[in-house]
Amino acid sequence: MAFPHRPDAPELPDFSMLKRLARDQLIYLLEQLPGKKDLFIEADLMSPLDRIANVSILKQHEVDKLYKVENKPALSSSEQLCFLVRPRIKNMRYIASLVNADKMAGRTRKYKVIFSPQKFYACEMVLEEEGVYGDVSCDEWAFSLLPLDVDLLSMELPEFFRDYFLEGDQRWINTLAQALHLLSTLYGPFPNCYGIGRCAKMSYELWKRLEEEEDGETKGRRPEIGQIFLLDRDVDFVTALCSQVVYEGLVDDTFRIKCGSVDFGPEVTSSDKSLKVLLNAEDKVFNEIRNEHFSNVFSFLSQKAAASLMLLLGRDWGGPRRRGMDIKQMKNFVSQELKGLKQEHRLLSLHIGACESIMKKKTKQDFQELIKTEHALLEGFNIRESTSYIEEHIDRQVSPIESLRLMCLLSITENGLIPKDYRSLKTQYLQSYGPEHLLTFSNLRRAGLLTEQAPGDTLTAVESKVSKLVTDKAAGKITDAFSSLAKRSNFRAISKKLNLIPRVDGEYDLKVPRDMAYVFSGAYVPLSCRIIEQVLERRGWQGLDEVVRLLNCSELAFTDMTKDDKASSESLRLILVVFLGGCTFSEISALRFLGREKGYRFIFLTTAVTNSARLMEAMSEVKA
Amino acid sequence: MNRTKGDEEEYWNSSKFKAFTFDDEDDELSQLKESKRAVNSLRDFVDDDDEDDLERVSWTGEPVGSISWSIKETAGNSGSSHEREQLKNRNSFSTYTQLPKPPSTYSLSSFFRGRWCPSQSLACSFAALSDTPAKSYAPELGRPKGEYREYRKWSSSLHTSSIFIWQVCSLERFRSLQDKIQLLEEAVSMHDGNVITAVLIFLKRTLSKEILFRELEVRQVALRHLIHFLKEIGDQKLLLDLFRFLDRTEELALSHYREHLTIQDPEKRKEFLKTCIGLPFSAEDSAHIQDHYTLLERQIIIEANDRHLELAGQTEVFRKHPRKASILNMPLVTTLFYSCFYHYTEAEVRATRRRKIPDKQYVLTALAARAKLRAWHDVDALFTTKNWLGYTKKRAPIGFHRVVEILHKNSAPVQILQEYVNLVEDVDTKLNLATKFKCHDVVIDTCRDLKDRQQLLAYRSKVDKGSAEEEKIDALLNSSQIRWKN
Repeated sequence: MAFPHRPDAPELPDFSMLKRLARDQLIYLLEQLPGKKDLFIEADLMSPLDRIANVSILKQHEVDKLYKVENKPALSSSEQLCFLVRPRIKNMRYIASLVNADKMAGRTRKYKVIFSPQKFYACEMVLEEEGVYGDVSCDEWAFSLLPLDVDLLSMELPEFFRDYFLEGDQRWINTLAQALHLLSTLYGPFPNCYGIGRCAKMSYELWKRLEEEEDGETKGRRPEIGQIFLLDRDVDFVTALCSQVVYEGLVDDTFRIKCGSVDFGPEVTSSDKSLKVLLNAEDKVFNEIRNEHFSNVFSFLSQKAAASLMLLLGRDWGGPRRRGMDIKQMKNFVSQELKGLKQEHRLLSLHIGACESIMKKKTKQDFQELIKTEHALLEGFNIRESTSYIEEHIDRQVSPIESLRLMCLLSITENGLIPKDYRSLKTQYLQSYGPEHLLTFSNLRRAGLLTEQAPGDTLTAVESKVSKLVTDKAAGKITDAFSSLAKRSNFRAISKKLNLIPRVDGEYDLKVPRDMAYVFSGAYVPLSCRIIEQVLERRGWQGLDEVVRLLNCSELAFTDMTKDDKASSESLRLILVVFLGGCTFSEISALRFLGREKGYRFIFLTTAVTNSARLMEAMSEVKA
Repeated sequence: MNRTKGDEEEYWNSSKFKAFTFDDEDDELSQLKESKRAVNSLRDFVDDDDEDDLERVSWTGEPVGSISWSIKETAGNSGSSHEREQLKNRNSFSTYTQLPKPPSTYSLSSFFRGRWCPSQSLACSFAALSDTPAKSYAPELGRPKGEYREYRKWSSSLHTSSIFIWQVCSLERFRSLQDKIQLLEEAVSMHDGNVITAVLIFLKRTLSKEILFRELEVRQVALRHLIHFLKEIGDQKLLLDLFRFLDRTEELALSHYREHLTIQDPEKRKEFLKTCIGLPFSAEDSAHIQDHYTLLERQIIIEANDRHLELAGQTEVFRKHPRKASILNMPLVTTLFYSCFYHYTEAEVRATRRRKIPDKQYVLTALAARAKLRAWHDVDALFTTKNWLGYTKKRAPIGFHRVVEILHKNSAPVQILQEYVNLVEDVDTKLNLATKFKCHDVVIDTCRDLKDRQQLLAYRSKVDKGSAEEEKIDALLNSSQIRWKN
């Protein structure tokens, strides 16, 4: 359990600085509106804010009452209103309506909008259009990196995925570039950079431009983090679409981890109240099981529970080992050890409760059958059988998100659905879950998640021919017209090239994993993680040309190595992996495993932690 | 899905990864339950009075003192003024005058600096953009020093982490089309979506839409930004114009159709859907739109009718099973279920069914609805077919193992279950289901037919002592008529 890191593994940098920085900036911004004020906070910002500040800090800076930004008239009687929001149009409309209502009532107040992590011009335009531009002062709170754990930084921007990968809006690229810039300012330059994907490339270019404009800042600093890897989510949709079976991923799939903490309901806590629990490396029990395949978690928890019982009994007041303690030792025992044991006991019972609840839920939904179908899809056999499994799923009106996810998995692994299947599955889906999902299908098609096979395989040939004939601007248009159809996922070929389906004889021992495939029961090595592994090993993309081509990223894979002798070998084994569009806990677990094997330490920066359900919900047009 | 146990085993054997089962009988779970008991029994040893080592939580589960918790408090009551009074006394910052703005003056000009200067006027306007000081530092606030030290230290780098402040007035100097387009292309080359949108908003204001659309047609990145922007601000009219111009008929149709989601009134929604029917969808989608319209049309009729019936209180099924929700805007399958539930014998079912519902889906839905009402006769009729000679035969397009599961879920009595378990063709599946649902007779008869004495012997321990089943088993075991295979 919880295999130790190699002794030569580098230490992780201290990211708590990021929290301090964000808090200080927020305090500074609050001070910009001196005097008592009410603070309106957007729901999505509440949890991140909770992680860096608390009510007493806000109160110290004269925040009187706290409200949630929601579409209701404000009851606040304060003379000053401060809004802490994401830069969204609907928030602007809400604020404008408040201000205008005050104006109608002949009331004057001071208003301040703090945009986090940055403001958008479109938002200011709305304020202007609504006639409140001068009445409201605008500020930015550049809080874009929240350390959720010692090795996990999240931008907490789930909308990044939809905005970029569906709508093609590049508004968050600057935010990301700024975040990378901040990291290099704080932790030194990154001597080696790798990346794949269009968004990764653009972010990288913008980031480099920021660095150039501010030369001198990072020059001469010793790099702490030697390598950085940027990866677009659309390079690997498959991994994100799979059911997770490592503990942390499973907890996320079952209970939804939100901003590093989870709400365990009464069925887990075995009491009548829910409990909000922080899940990170500080939870000693969780830390030992988070990366484990679920099947190992039971035995571990049982052993641990038995051991805990022994300790408590053996070391209790009359316990033989403790006889002869003097008062001081006894005091120490009570205040230190007993306390530790008690906490461990609480955590144990919590995680055992969670396991039990997961088991119950999964048994009910026929999880085994589901996993079997997924594995069949990944390996590419029994496609007909899998298709009819999905069909039955739909017919029985099992969760709409789940059905959608399976269809996407089928589509990507098979380079699109056969037209006949596509039609019939779509029709049944609309009949089971509502005709308005027509819009969802259109979204999925645009994002390349659920497509129909083009009649014949001639399309790509046609496209390349056409592209050759027409130059520059017009080519872009034609490629775009083709892109929804022509962007083939080539999963099967990639899987073969990168050996994603491990061929091993005998049983895969999940207790002693031999490769990253353990995060999917030994059936599949996550594509994203395999790419990272290969590139780090080869120190670049040499020899991966074919894979890159199959990923449709020929122009979009890049390497940038600075000849920097200041980079210690230790720093080179500290690697920042940036997931644009979100990463899953399974990917995190897989790379943590790789790190232990190779003596690396990975740090994860993601636009948000995601999973299959979140991806599907982002594409869904019909909000449940 | 007719995968049998045998297939499953073969699958797991042929595949190298270990089958991880979630069966209830799993050893690990019982082990887990054991540990849970052990751990919970520890509560006696560790008194739960001091919660200091876990977060304190309020009744809603939010940690006390957290911001989310506090917001709920404000929502609940208007807050105790006592605490606020105290805080007010402790804090005395109200004397501060307006402080200078934080250093968020990253302007477009610094992106352009020294890179591109097409004309005199453009250069001027960039100069105008950059006259705000690039760096300013957090002022001394007379506060405990530690608090700002960190921030001041990094503020020089933070000033870039805010976007530029765009002064639109200075954009007004971009008058010629060439300048405008160059501005747009420069924005696109910087990759920052916010800048691209800002330029687009300016272009939208200062160019006729034909010109704007024409220029964007060959600039896909910018075009996508405009489309997204129009969607966000809800400028449906311009969006549709744009799609029309680009000849993207399908997107045009879908975009129009999307509007129905915002219409709450069912009659109005229906009328709106009617206008969608003629739109240039793909052939396939056209049919779906037509279906959507007829479905809602049907639902409105059913709803009016049934609300009346329910209020009148004359119809038994409505009295016994009051409707939980309105049928309006429900999916077709749900509507079918509803019809099978409340109007099974009527034309309603047939009317709904005519809408191209595959046989399988119809059977699943009707079965679930009739089983819920415990109308076993209807269930029976659902699977009975007559051939041309008049013989009746039981057939289930979904497989009888599924039928049994659904019946069990609706707590059908053993006699009913037994009948359908017997119809399962595959013997192993039949035996499994019969064991799972305690259809003793089926198990016993099957064992007898298989001549499997050992299994029968094993099953004997599972039936009640002294029951009729036990007697039956004993009779079989003692029978000399049967040639057991083991």
